[in-house]
Amino acid sequence: MNIQDYTVTRTSNAIRVAAILGFIVLVALIAAPYWAGRADLRLMGELFLYLALASLWNLMAGYAGLVSVGQQAFVGFGGYMLFALTMFAGLHPIPAIGTAGLLGALISVPVAFLIFRLRGAYFAIGTWVIAEVFRLSFAQISSLGGGSGSSLPIAIVKSLAGSRGARESLSYWLALGAAVLVVTSVYVFLRSRKGLALTAIRDNELAAGSLGIDIWRTKFVVYVVTSALTAMIGALIFLQKLRISPDAAFSVNDWTAFVIFIVVIGGIGTIEGPIIGTLVFFALRETLADLGTIYLLVLGVVAIVVMLKFPKGVWGFIRQRFDLQIFPLAYRVARRDNKGA
Amino acid sequence: MKTILKLDGLNKSFGAIKVANGLSFEVREGDALGVIGPNGAGKTSMFNLITGTFAPDQGSVVFAGKDVTKHSAARRSHAGIARSFQVPQPFSGMTVFENALIAATQAAKLKGHDAEQLCLNVLEQTGLLPKANVLAGSLTLLERKRLELTRALCAKPKLLLLDEIAGGLTEAECRSLVQTIKDIHATGVTIIWIEHVVHALLAVVDRLIVIDFGCKIAEGDPQAIMNSPEVKKIYLGIEADA
Repeated sequence: MNIQDYTVTRTSNAIRVAAILGFIVLVALIAAPYWAGRADLRLMGELFLYLALASLWNLMAGYAGLVSVGQQAFVGFGGYMLFALTMFAGLHPIPAIGTAGLLGALISVPVAFLIFRLRGAYFAIGTWVIAEVFRLSFAQISSLGGGSGSSLPIAIVKSLAGSRGARESLSYWLALGAAVLVVTSVYVFLRSRKGLALTAIRDNELAAGSLGIDIWRTKFVVYVVTSALTAMIGALIFLQKLRISPDAAFSVNDWTAFVIFIVVIGGIGTIEGPIIGTLVFFALRETLADLGTIYLLVLGVVAIVVMLKFPKGVWGFIRQRFDLQIFPLAYRVARRDNKGA
Repeated sequence: MKTILKLDGLNKSFGAIKVANGLSFEVREGDALGVIGPNGAGKTSMFNLITGTFAPDQGSVVFAGKDVTKHSAARRSHAGIARSFQVPQPFSGMTVFENALIAATQAAKLKGHDAEQLCLNVLEQTGLLPKANVLAGSLTLLERKRLELTRALCAKPKLLLLDEIAGGLTEAECRSLVQTIKDIHATGVTIIWIEHVVHALLAVVDRLIVIDFGCKIAEGDPQAIMNSPEVKKIYLGIEADA
């Protein structure tokens, strides 16, 4: 046996097939405004934004171990920043989305210094308290409508695009772009050296620390980046809704509970999990929406059954069963084919 | 040879339990130091103090001429301290190769091909190469202990801390482990080895310290130490426990 006979690879045929299929699906999705109806377009736009939120929450909770139940703080913050920047600073909505992200990063720094002192369940509760503080603070701002909120002025909406159809297409493409940006960034990050360190933290903090990984700094960077991107997604969400109020913007149900459901069902700590989870969540929601409250009961039952039967989620189960991965993060050690033999 | 590690008056308590009580000793570069003592004597706690997993209540740790008492575990790892854990701490959701790669890329700061080659070489040395693609969480206890050694070696340490890695091995496995550790020592790596399997320990180390109740109670030539009456008393106790 010679060590030179071994090589390390990160791709496989399954991954190449997945990449080609993924590309075809992406092209079809980009073309959706030309083949899909208005209602479908809205639904898909919403799905992409949930996919982005879920991927971000998964990176933060599933990898960095920061189980926050307060990311609605940044969704709402981003939404309000979009309204404030366009209404008061006269910014065009699209640069306002990026600026909302930057401001989200800025505000997340002091928040991180505060809540990183807390551990486990206390951290989770701390994030929720912060989100409530955000909600109550924005309810005080009378120029943004106070507790009852406000609508985006028509002039700003029209600055996006002249016709309603063009606006809807643009809004769809922005949502698709956000989802692709988030999933790609998460993938590229996890594939890097820093991403390997983060995956190690996910599995064992004690060992990670003793192998040279700065745990506090890694978690801090993940928290700031996910919060910034979450604020951008928040801005996009309320650009679609055209109306914002403190209760809608900082809703723990809409922006955290559903997101956690998606990640847990799909498979926490994997890139594929949030994608599968988002599809399952929307499939359930669209088929059960007419049932009213029963729909929420069904979601709860599904969550409990999945957690009991497949604790690693749907994707965790598939991965264990078939040794499959779509996003090639793993390293494979393979024997080189001996040419002489 | 110059001193690579110096512990000076280390104290550490958890409530009423003193795991280190005025612990002091020095290790010279290139030494192989054995550590024995009964269960609960504070041997693993001493490693936690050296690696920075715990901060001491009092006293200092000097590594390679620098006071590292206030440095984090990660920083000490970059400086060249690596350890194996007595209770294995694998990255369960990652493969054996990826576990090794984390040590090579994060602790030893190697990149790309260099990191991969180091991991392959060490995996071959520790006999885990056939398991390279297996998830660490599905390894047996003995394999997990070998993974601990693998990871510590992939960190390219100056000072290697080994915590009970020979327990449960067959005679042949133990001989091959001793040979591996001798080979590592021969490359100039300083070793501190906590071990209950005394014959394996004595085959490698050139000095022995005995720890009990967080204190160093004896230090010196391995044979002389093993024959001293207080060590015999402690050691018979260990044999009875095991």
